[in-house]
Amino acid sequence: MRDLRIFLAFAIFPAFAFLAACGGGSSGSSNSSSTTTTTQTIATSGANVASISVNAGPNGNYVNGAFASVTVCVPGTSNCQTIDGILVDTGSYGLRIISSALTVALPQQNASDGNPVVECLPFLDSYSWGPVQTADVQIASEKAASVPIQVLSDTDFTTPTACSQGFPSADTLTTLGANGILGVGLAAQDCGSACVQTGATNPGLYYECPSSSCATTGVVTGEALAQQVINPVALFTTDNNGVIVELPAVSGGEVTVSGSLVFGIGTQSNNALGTATIYTAPNAAFTTTYKSQTYAESFIDSGSNGYFFPDSTIPVCSDITGFYCPSSTENLSATNQASGASGTVDFSVANADALFANLSDNAFEDLGGPAGAPANYFDWGLPFFYGRNVYTAIEGMSTPGGTGPFWAY
Amino acid sequence: MSNTCVRKSWRLLAIGAALAVVSAPLPARAALGGDSASVQADQLHMQGSLRTTAAAAYTMHEIQGASGTVVREYVSAAGASAGKVFAVAWQGPWRPDMRQILGNYFEQFAQAAKSQSKSRMGRKPLMIELPGLVVEQSGHARAFAGRAYVPDMLPTGVRTEEIQ
Repeated sequence: MRDLRIFLAFAIFPAFAFLAACGGGSSGSSNSSSTTTTTQTIATSGANVASISVNAGPNGNYVNGAFASVTVCVPGTSNCQTIDGILVDTGSYGLRIISSALTVALPQQNASDGNPVVECLPFLDSYSWGPVQTADVQIASEKAASVPIQVLSDTDFTTPTACSQGFPSADTLTTLGANGILGVGLAAQDCGSACVQTGATNPGLYYECPSSSCATTGVVTGEALAQQVINPVALFTTDNNGVIVELPAVSGGEVTVSGSLVFGIGTQSNNALGTATIYTAPNAAFTTTYKSQTYAESFIDSGSNGYFFPDSTIPVCSDITGFYCPSSTENLSATNQASGASGTVDFSVANADALFANLSDNAFEDLGGPAGAPANYFDWGLPFFYGRNVYTAIEGMSTPGGTGPFWAY
Repeated sequence: MSNTCVRKSWRLLAIGAALAVVSAPLPARAALGGDSASVQADQLHMQGSLRTTAAAAYTMHEIQGASGTVVREYVSAAGASAGKVFAVAWQGPWRPDMRQILGNYFEQFAQAAKSQSKSRMGRKPLMIELPGLVVEQSGHARAFAGRAYVPDMLPTGVRTEEIQ
């Protein structure tokens, strides 16, 4: 645990403890639940290891985004394209690529009546819209054949108002800030059984668009599980039970942070669970207790760019929305709990205005913001990943630590 | 004192249909800022079941939607906003029909949602805090929770923490 590490460091190296207390300089991982400290090991080689980088992203203004390269091919051919700047997101499921970044012509997925299938996926402050197409996907040396992906585009098919719901789209480089999203979270399909049947229970993600004027002609369609946009890891031929995001500790703010996205859990010599504590997440959530408040739907999400949680005692920034701006850095603590597992996490929230004042920095360990209410969610975003290897096991997949879904760190 | 009653959706559908026949048609949408009749309109729209809980300053109508998302609508019991929906909260695998639940506040919400700063980009919860309207949403894929309320319509003594 980090506090133990700080204690040990304090006992041995007082000057080092000062750095750790300032939120920097700590090089060990926080994944030990025993009394020994562990050192974070980041895999750098192997067929299941993809390099990732926290940087400004392809639009040059992303904060706390981890980006990977993904290769997509016309199924069954060597007609391929490698696209960088794809956001690694453990909080969503499936591969999405903006249409302007895509140069290979992927086959369109059609419904049984021949009409193109187009997807609407809601996010917290936006939505994605665009056709479902099929690609062979390769990341590192891992391959998945005929993967349904979403091609993000506002122009190929006009967007139904039932999809936009007043939100802005995030389908272009300037509105997404990335060339795409690689959703490698706890689930396989991005919708699941709810989207299979039409009718009142269908949440309305998949549309049939008989013409490009889909705003008037589109209808919500039932989408079989095998047709739905899916976490490509679940379709890899090997190392397909989950991922590990491995990023080193960050000291304050940094321009670039390099790490690895490792595929498989306990399937190779470089992806063992080791001493990581397993937090089962039967409903894609565990419980976080913060300042005596219980957040029963809490989650770990590399696609969130900060720690997001409600705390009315920390001032929010006045000039930028959605971030905290305390007058001095808040050193905080919370406890994560799941069946048979519990652990304390120390973290800090600094003044976002002060962090962002350094325009060249893109990785911040102390970035946080409000989560609003209902107060069920404590969102452990990318800063949580700095300095610890975080395992995400896919639902229904077996690992040496049990069957997913779970997180471990 | 709280009074809770649970009704089956088919019964409310029947009641709603009867109301539509004998009285003026239900508003197509009203929700936030609308009167309690708009709760029934939302309930019909969501094809869900309804549970009502009374607190001192308001009545909370909880609609369990067919797609798994729960919407709670808060109707003021007294004061200037008596009988009006002053807040709406939601939680479930998908966000609700925002146009339906925000009613006349929808355009104001949509304007604000589209004008969020993108100078330093990232993915984070929705936080719209206007003088006359607050809309918040947090969660992740397949798990959404949020709320919207009109600060000026909050009944005396009601804390915003109660809206969830």
